[in-house]
Amino acid sequence: MRFGVIRFPGSCDEVDAQLACQRFGEAVILWHRDRDLKGVDAVVVPGGFSYGDYLRVGAIARFAPVMEEVAEFAAAGGIVLGICNGFQVLCEAGLLPGALLPNTSLRFIFRQVELEIVSVDSPFTGAGESGQRLSIPVKHTTGRYYAPDAELARLEAADQVLLRYAPGENPNGSLNDIAGVCNEARNVFGLMPHPEHAVDPLTGPTGGLRIFESIRAHIADRTGAPA
Amino acid sequence: MRARVLVKPKAGILDPQGQAVERALPALGFTGVRNVHVGRLIELDVEDPDRLPEMCERLLTNPLIEDYEIVETEPVTS
Repeated sequence: MRFGVIRFPGSCDEVDAQLACQRFGEAVILWHRDRDLKGVDAVVVPGGFSYGDYLRVGAIARFAPVMEEVAEFAAAGGIVLGICNGFQVLCEAGLLPGALLPNTSLRFIFRQVELEIVSVDSPFTGAGESGQRLSIPVKHTTGRYYAPDAELARLEAADQVLLRYAPGENPNGSLNDIAGVCNEARNVFGLMPHPEHAVDPLTGPTGGLRIFESIRAHIADRTGAPA
Repeated sequence: MRARVLVKPKAGILDPQGQAVERALPALGFTGVRNVHVGRLIELDVEDPDRLPEMCERLLTNPLIEDYEIVETEPVTS
């Protein structure tokens, strides 16, 4: 399969994301000004500080030419994964519900966190097990997931929360300990932790592998290609 | 026109920055202060002030998490 990883000015995790994807298939970089998704099967919107995040996290990147293509790709059922700043961009773009607010501590947090898979009914968690723990690092200042009460209840009822911080692990004050949510159609997913930094035992736990492995399995299933 | 857009966290959303300021004031002897919120001010000269609400909704603010107020417009003096 073929992954595409977007590079905005200010992205900083696109190379790690590309390397993580390359463990499971081909992975190309997609430039923010290009309207060409190069025929990829899945798009990764990576972490970093797109366009400097000068106004508000993700607010300017959502208007990048490539994001118009991503919106069309997503509307057609394409697989889109947003990591950290990528999650913020997808929320600003309205491709995911909710928004990310400054951490309750107002501090930059950089540490390993324990996550729990809430739902395996998605292209992003299908290779895992419900309740399974994943150890993945977070590194952000603006990661407090927020959605209005009614929206939050709707998300929970529709099983759109795919990952939660394990009890006592919530690093940023996210409502309902939400670490990652998908859209209603379940083909767009965003999370604050960085699975691309947790794929090689050389640098620590490898919980991030589950996410990429799930995407590959889903694409293989869909196209009938060998996984 | 010169316009000012005041942006603040939506009512009811936890505002740790406002809370930090609220906690700091009594230490300096400023008691009796409540409901502190910290937002930002965007000042801009616009040719067509009627388009300000749309600018606010689409880019200047995120209406899901922020309230805004267009507080002042006055002719630009050069």
